[in-house]
Amino acid sequence: MYPASFRYWRASTVHEAEQMFNSASDPRYVAGGQSLIPAMKQRLANPSDLIDLSRISGLSFIRRDGERLVIGAGTRHADVAASAEAQRAIPALAHLAGLIGDPAVRHRGTLGGSIANNDPAADYPAAVLALDAVVTTNRRNIPAGAFFTGMFETALQEGEIVTEVTFPLAARAAYMKFPNPASRYAMPGVFVAEHGKSVRVAVTGAAACVYRAAELESALSGQFRPQSMTDVTIRADEFTSDLFASAEYRANLVKVMAQRAVGSMLSSRNG
Amino acid sequence: MSRISVEVNGERHSAEVEDRTLLVHFLRESLRLTGTHVGCDTSQCGACVVHVNGKAVKSCTMFAVQADGDSILTIEGLSKHGVLHPVQAAFQEHHGLQCGFCTPGMIMTAVDLLTRHAKPDDALIRHELEGNLCRCTGYLNIIKAIQAASQAV
Repeated sequence: MYPASFRYWRASTVHEAEQMFNSASDPRYVAGGQSLIPAMKQRLANPSDLIDLSRISGLSFIRRDGERLVIGAGTRHADVAASAEAQRAIPALAHLAGLIGDPAVRHRGTLGGSIANNDPAADYPAAVLALDAVVTTNRRNIPAGAFFTGMFETALQEGEIVTEVTFPLAARAAYMKFPNPASRYAMPGVFVAEHGKSVRVAVTGAAACVYRAAELESALSGQFRPQSMTDVTIRADEFTSDLFASAEYRANLVKVMAQRAVGSMLSSRNG
Repeated sequence: MSRISVEVNGERHSAEVEDRTLLVHFLRESLRLTGTHVGCDTSQCGACVVHVNGKAVKSCTMFAVQADGDSILTIEGLSKHGVLHPVQAAFQEHHGLQCGFCTPGMIMTAVDLLTRHAKPDDALIRHELEGNLCRCTGYLNIIKAIQAASQAV
């Protein structure tokens, strides 16, 4: 399968990438390309110009900054999964990174690419939202709650480039994913994070866009245990139904994954 | 078109490629290294796995031009002086292949996983193989071969 013709550009700085973007007619940025290249092969995306961000130096790092973990947008999933720093700071985040795709995909795919693409079933958006992270671009800081705006849509403007994501450390956190057995995408995935007395629950792979499950958060604000969610009704009217799972089945899985996440947070010291 | 320069199996190659040329097609059609296979062409099956700068990647999901300046290892570059790589020898010994179509990708993935995990258990091998499909369903012997290779490597 060949995509439509395009011109390839390799940027060495964020500024240069933006200039390349501005001088092209219908450009796209590529980082790891693990979602974009398959989409181009199927001609779902037909950019005139492909601007490669992966060689920009300084975009791939994992740094502990007090009570925060800062990860460069160009950091590959495999590097987050294997990072001792990430495992110490937010073990659930390193665990999540190790569940994305498969080893070969994790060697190419990047944090920035994943969240900029905002696939409805991608894993990272759940972590960014539940951990209340801040997405930094070449223009501004965007809080997670304002970043993911719809199916494959984000608050990013034309030409804007994610440079890093800052994750506040959670007291406890866990990610539970029911993977589609073929694609390994979340079907769904639930990320639960406890910050002080508040609990954030983010759900991916159920609806058109990652979202916070208010009904689960309020159930958990009483007693933080799996049983607190037993009688919660997960609203499925906007859930995806496809040949893999009906909306009702996804709704059930959201609750089960959330219960398992909370169970694992209670049984391990650090989530 | 772009001019790229890559090192493949220790040899330097310079070539003109269309920007949309996938790495797997560059390897198979320009360099005639047909050991790397195209199975699903949709990033699922892993028959096209090669190493780029020492890391396993799906060469159907990367453009050749993205690899400009990189070092690539394909299945053809594994054996040295006619002696099979320990993972290749283990696949032969433990009948880790039936039709053989998935084998180059399985072996490149196995070599990669053994560089990251010296002594993997069966569960870890299965997790690491989730991006490689064997349509003969010969997984048990593949796992056995990788276990044996981990003792030999």
